[in-house]
Amino acid sequence: MQLRSHLGRVRGLGSSNDGVHHWWMQRLTGITLVPLCLWFVFSVVGLVDADLLTVTDWVGRHYNPVLLILFVVCMFYHGQLGLQVVIEDYIHSESTKVTLLVLVKLGALLLGACSTFAVIRLTFGG
Amino acid sequence: MANPNRPLSPHLQVYRPQITSVLSITHRATGVALAGGAVLFAYWIMAATYGPAAFATAQAALGSWFGQLVLWGMTFSLFYHLGNGIRHLAWDAGWGYELDRMRISGWLTVIFAAAMTVLTLVVAYSAAGGA
Repeated sequence: MQLRSHLGRVRGLGSSNDGVHHWWMQRLTGITLVPLCLWFVFSVVGLVDADLLTVTDWVGRHYNPVLLILFVVCMFYHGQLGLQVVIEDYIHSESTKVTLLVLVKLGALLLGACSTFAVIRLTFGG
Repeated sequence: MANPNRPLSPHLQVYRPQITSVLSITHRATGVALAGGAVLFAYWIMAATYGPAAFATAQAALGSWFGQLVLWGMTFSLFYHLGNGIRHLAWDAGWGYELDRMRISGWLTVIFAAAMTVLTLVVAYSAAGGA
């Protein structure tokens, strides 16, 4: 006899075992990245060949640090979600797959944290 | 339990390429490329915290012919992935599933990505003084 409900049995299944959370976060960060990427690209095209002083000045100007940190967080979050799906689709060996997933997720966390710190440091100097 | 040897998607080699499937795999390829772009961004912004010499090295690397080539690729990848991402969001809302609309939105995405890339390059090179 099966005491668990149908919903209880399927909850948490699917290839990534976390239901719709992955899908939903991918959409949220994707939507956020549309204006942030447009802002970023059309800001940095003005910084081609720029020296450190010009770039530091741009990073710290007005609310640019906030936009940059949002850009960093959303970009690395969205990127690791996307790479996760690619790895799950193409890597069929369980051990290789888990190793790559851990590397990608921790790598994104590390680079995201370092980039955020860099923005703060460039903003406040020192 | 799931059979571990069942065929898994995507079987790229068994289908004739069509505009829909080519654009779909391009979305994935540009996404992976942009993950590399995120790493490049981290290097660039972190180099700035290491002082003028380190930052000048980063700017020179990005400004070299190879660096410029990579940045052009990143620019196209970004605008393609952004345009096609909006296409995906429209599908999520239930819009544009008819085949003819799917083809039209697909070509619009390609045109958008190409036009925005050219526009960005024009702005970038005029900002750099026509290098």
